[in-house]
Amino acid sequence: MQKQAIFQAKLLPYALVAPQLAIVLIFFYWPAAQAVIQSFLLQDAFGLSTSFIWFDNYIELFQDPAYYEAIVRTFFFSFAIAVSSLSFALLLAVMADKPLRGSMLYRTLLIWPYAVAPPVVGVLWIFMLHPSLGVLSRYLRGMGVDWNPLLDGDQAAALIILAAAWKQISYNFLFFLAGLQAIPKSVFEAAAIDGARPMRRFWTVTFPLLSPTIFFLLVVNIVYAFFDTFGIIDTMTRGGPGTSTVTLVYKVYTDGLLGGNLGSSAAQSVILMVMVIVLTGIQFRFVERKVTY
Amino acid sequence: MVEEEGFRRYVAHAILWIGIAIVAFPVYIAIVASTQDNALIANGQMSLLPGGHFFEVYYQTIFVGTSGSTREPVGNMMLNSLVMALLIAVGKIAISIISAYAIVYFRFPFRMPIFWIIFITLMLPVEVRIYPTYKIVADLHMLDSYAGLALPLIASATATLLFRQFFMTVPDELLEASRIDGAGPLRFFWDTLLPLSRTNMAALFVILFILGWNQYLWPLLITTRDDMQTIQVGIRKMITTTDALTEWPVVMATAVLAMLPPVFVVVAMQRLFVRGLVETEK
Repeated sequence: MQKQAIFQAKLLPYALVAPQLAIVLIFFYWPAAQAVIQSFLLQDAFGLSTSFIWFDNYIELFQDPAYYEAIVRTFFFSFAIAVSSLSFALLLAVMADKPLRGSMLYRTLLIWPYAVAPPVVGVLWIFMLHPSLGVLSRYLRGMGVDWNPLLDGDQAAALIILAAAWKQISYNFLFFLAGLQAIPKSVFEAAAIDGARPMRRFWTVTFPLLSPTIFFLLVVNIVYAFFDTFGIIDTMTRGGPGTSTVTLVYKVYTDGLLGGNLGSSAAQSVILMVMVIVLTGIQFRFVERKVTY
Repeated sequence: MVEEEGFRRYVAHAILWIGIAIVAFPVYIAIVASTQDNALIANGQMSLLPGGHFFEVYYQTIFVGTSGSTREPVGNMMLNSLVMALLIAVGKIAISIISAYAIVYFRFPFRMPIFWIIFITLMLPVEVRIYPTYKIVADLHMLDSYAGLALPLIASATATLLFRQFFMTVPDELLEASRIDGAGPLRFFWDTLLPLSRTNMAALFVILFILGWNQYLWPLLITTRDDMQTIQVGIRKMITTTDALTEWPVVMATAVLAMLPPVFVVVAMQRLFVRGLVETEK
């Protein structure tokens, strides 16, 4: 698609794209290229000499059980966060889509957690479920649960998933609500006239018509769980206890920062880059978004 | 209209209120904790009702900071966050709208390659190029500066795409009319296109401001000086690994202050927020 009416100018368009182009080349492409190059290099501890080692950084990574664990963990986190957050948000959206009094108020009261930053989410949840002083930990211990997410890896993982899913409820809710409102009401009426009960109406009419939204949100939630959980993890568990909450992004960060293993960190970055490209590709290729607001 | 029976309607109300309670509970606890005495909280004796230390805790948080060695008033952190968020939001909108203008309203060599170069940055989030980007910013002597905080995040494929899409829907007659009036490309942009884009810009601003305010990984990397910390980074440093030293009321007050501006934006500008969110899918 192209505009018919345009301006004639030789230099002006270049001047207009120059700022964005400069930033993109300096801060996006150059570092990305550096990451690719670095992933093929081995640097000694003092950065004095580097040697070209082909795919050794990658081979080393894939022979490292810790990296496998991080991959599996990241996918598990993504899946758990997406499923729990999406199902809860869908339930709320279906309720809020009904012709209820005060539905605007409900929407307002459900969408604001979108604005809470991941590190703050982490702080809020670790405080509530802190082993020694958390207000919810009291009840958990009262119920006989030996609750200590700072020592128990599974509990730490559960905490991360819970907090991350909590933050994402509002986003999912909003898109589900938009998706529901885009479904013509006459479809429900027809189903009701045919004698379908509400639960049956939901599974045979609403759910299939909502599938583009569900698929879109699934991709968005996976991307969210991959990248935006960094702040939550960093304030809650810092990857611990042990490495039980280290995701791929968190591993890139700690390996480069503390370990100083830049070659491996760069190789991990490149692998992540490939994953983002695939996810973005899926989003643009297959997600036909029919949300109107 | 499919009639809802009375009982089902009550169930819907109940489920929504339970949902709201779940969503609000962590924040309620934070607000309550920020008004209580630290000793009580540290003992695990925190009350679920507000305490009487509201003014002293918030005064200390905003103007003094924690009592530890790295004390830094949270008011200053909020200022840093505000400057960063505004620079990111305004910067992204400004450079995206002019590049979209060039791409839609001009024909020039490398027009489409340039468009693709911008578009592909969607696939290069900061997380996948952490250390090389850090190195460039360090080489440019921009560590611990507002420029370093904002500049590397200012490119926006999403905003460029949105403005491009919007410009495509602007009728050609407008350009022809303003050309008859003798307006050149810059005049047309300033007098016609920019006023038309106002709602788009506002919706985008709301989302980008929230995203900017909530940045974490990048400021964490490039700020080393305490007085350049943003609030998101500052709050993390307040939680010491030795729990006994963490001043929880101050931490919770900081959490509340960190939430306040973006949550206010969402609630006060709800229509723009929803529109921006649906358009950018961020």
